[in-house]
Amino acid sequence: MAYDLDFERPLADIEKRISQLQKRGERMRPDERAQVAELQQELARRTKELYAALTPWQRVQVARFRDRPYTNDYIKRMCDEYFELRGDRRFADDRAIQGGVASIGGQTVVLMGHQKGRDLKEREECNFGMAHPEGYRKALRLFRYAERFHLPVITLIDTTGAYPGLGDEERGISQAIAENLLVMAGLRTPIICIVIGEGGSGGALGIGVGDKVLMLENAVYTVAAPEAAASIIWRDNAFAPDAAQAMKITAPELLELGVVDSIIPEPVGGAHRDYQAAAESVKAAILRELADLKRLSTDALLDHRYQRFRVIGLQGITEVVGAAQK
Amino acid sequence: MKDESQPALTVAQTNGAHPDTVARALPDNLAVKCPNCRELLLGKDWEKNLKVCQKCGHHFRLSAPERIALLLDPDSFSEFASDLRSSDPLGFVARSGSYADKLVSEREKTGLNDAVVVGMGSIEGIRLALAVMDFRFIGGSMGSVVGEKLTQAIERAAAERAPLVIVSASGGARQQEGTISLMQMAKTSAALARLAEAGVLYVSLLTDPTTAGISASFAFLGDVILAEPGALIGFAGPRVIEQMMHQRLPKDVNTAEFVLKHGMIDGIAHRREVRATLARLLRLHSGGETLAGA
Repeated sequence: MAYDLDFERPLADIEKRISQLQKRGERMRPDERAQVAELQQELARRTKELYAALTPWQRVQVARFRDRPYTNDYIKRMCDEYFELRGDRRFADDRAIQGGVASIGGQTVVLMGHQKGRDLKEREECNFGMAHPEGYRKALRLFRYAERFHLPVITLIDTTGAYPGLGDEERGISQAIAENLLVMAGLRTPIICIVIGEGGSGGALGIGVGDKVLMLENAVYTVAAPEAAASIIWRDNAFAPDAAQAMKITAPELLELGVVDSIIPEPVGGAHRDYQAAAESVKAAILRELADLKRLSTDALLDHRYQRFRVIGLQGITEVVGAAQK
Repeated sequence: MKDESQPALTVAQTNGAHPDTVARALPDNLAVKCPNCRELLLGKDWEKNLKVCQKCGHHFRLSAPERIALLLDPDSFSEFASDLRSSDPLGFVARSGSYADKLVSEREKTGLNDAVVVGMGSIEGIRLALAVMDFRFIGGSMGSVVGEKLTQAIERAAAERAPLVIVSASGGARQQEGTISLMQMAKTSAALARLAEAGVLYVSLLTDPTTAGISASFAFLGDVILAEPGALIGFAGPRVIEQMMHQRLPKDVNTAEFVLKHGMIDGIAHRREVRATLARLLRLHSGGETLAGA
C-alpha cells in the first residue's frame, strides 16, 4: 500500500527509492541490496516515529483515509459466522448502517456498524456512511433483537454524521437518533461501542451508548466536524486543524476526559497498513471487554452504564456557592 | 374550563438570575422591528402581547426568566443547581478568544450561569419539575452544565413523581466543550429512560430554535411534544440541507408546522395559550382514575 497521505510524503520518498532499486531485480549489486535493507529499516523506523506523534488534524486524515478498514472489513476478519439482518421494517434498508447476528470467538453477538463503502458504487449505495433515519431504526430493531435473545451488542462507529437531507427531516432523523440513545441506555444486555474511524457527532452517538466505549488509536470522536466547528467559531473552515486541536478529539485525549474507556492499538502506520492485524486487535478487545461485562448482573450492568454517562462532564463543572454570578 | 388570567412577562424569582435580567433583555426600546414581517411594533404593545408580533404572529424568543414567569404560578418557582458553572474542561481557545472569557461575558450579559434554568414549580397548582433553556447564553448550547442541570431536573421529577416540562431553545451541543457536550445527549437521554420507566409524564416544549444535538436527544423524547408557532425545529439547518442536496427547499422546512405535518409532534401552541394547554394535560395526568399499576 502506498504512502498516500499528505504528511506521509517523507515516507513515500523513501519508498520510491526502495522501489527504484528493486526494479533492477536480479541485476542489483550487493551494495544496492544492502541499501534496500537499510532503507526498509529506515522506513519502518520513520513510520513508527511519525505515527507516534500525529497531530489531531493528521489523525482526522488517517481516520477518514479511503483505505482505512470499514465495518465489513472487520466483520469479514473477526467473525466465524455472520448472518446479515436487513431493513428497518418500516420504510427501507439503509446500507449506511449494516449489521446482523454473528459469532466472534465462540460468542454469539449482534454486530452492526456504519459502512462508508470502498468503491464509488458501494459508496453511493452506502451514502458514504451517512445514515438516514432508517439506518438508526434498523439499529433499533437489532438492539431489541439482541435483548430478546440475550446477545451482547457490538457497534462499530465510522461516520461523518447522519445525513442532513430533506427526506431525513421528513422521516424524523432527530427522533430516530434520540430514541436510540434512550433505548441503548436501558437495553438489558451488554453493549460495546467501538469508534473505528470517524465518530461524527449525533450520527455516531446514535449507535454509541454502551457499557464500554472504545476507540482505535487513530480514530477521532467529535461533536462537530473540525471544518464545521472552524467555520462557526473561527468563521473560516481553513482553521479546521486548529479546531481539531482545540476540541480534543483524539483517543488519548478522550480517554483522559472519561469519554472513552480504553484505546485499541493499531498496526504501525495505521489500521490501513494491515487489515488482519487491525481486526485481530479489535476482536481481542471485544472478547476481553465481554468477559468483564458478562460477570455483571443485568441490573448492575444498567447501573454501571447509567453512571458511566452520568459522570461525564462533571469534572468540567464548578459550583459557585451563593450563585454569585453578578 | 377554568380560564387563567392572562399571563404576563414579569420577572420570575430565580435565585440564579439577576433581578434585572428581563429589564436588560428588554431595553427601553420604544419600538421593535418584526424580523418576519418587518412591521415596526410599539415596544409596550409588543411586551403586552408576550413578544408576539401583533401583525404576523411571529414569536420572538423569550429569556428563561421570562418563560418561567409566563408558565408558572406566580412565586411558585424554586430553582436548584443555579450555582453550577462550566470550568472550561478543554481549555478551549479560538482565534476570536477563549471560551473562559466567553463564559464570563455571557454570564454578565444574561445574568445566568449557563444556558438552562431548572427548578420545581407549579402550573395551576400542579407541581412539576421545569427546565427552561435560554438562547441568549451561547445560543442555548448544551455543554457539561446544561447536561448536568437537565439530568438533575429529570432525576428530581422521577424521585418526586412530578411531571417534567423541558422548554428547549438551543442550536445544539456546545462546540467549546467538544465531545463532552455530545455525551450530554446520552446522559440526558439515559435519565429520561429512567423517568419513562418510572411512568412519569414528560412534556417537551420546542421553541425557536430546537436543532441538532438538542432535537436528536431529549427534545424529541417527550411523551408529549408541543411547539411554538414558526419555531425552527430540526436536525440540520435549512442552509446545510440546501448545500448538501444542491436544491432549493420549500419555505416551511424545519418549522413547527413542518414537524407537525410529518407526525413528529403533538401540537402547536400559541404563546398566549401554552400555559393553559400544559395545565389541561397535566390535570389529565394528575388525579383521575387510571388502571391500577403493577
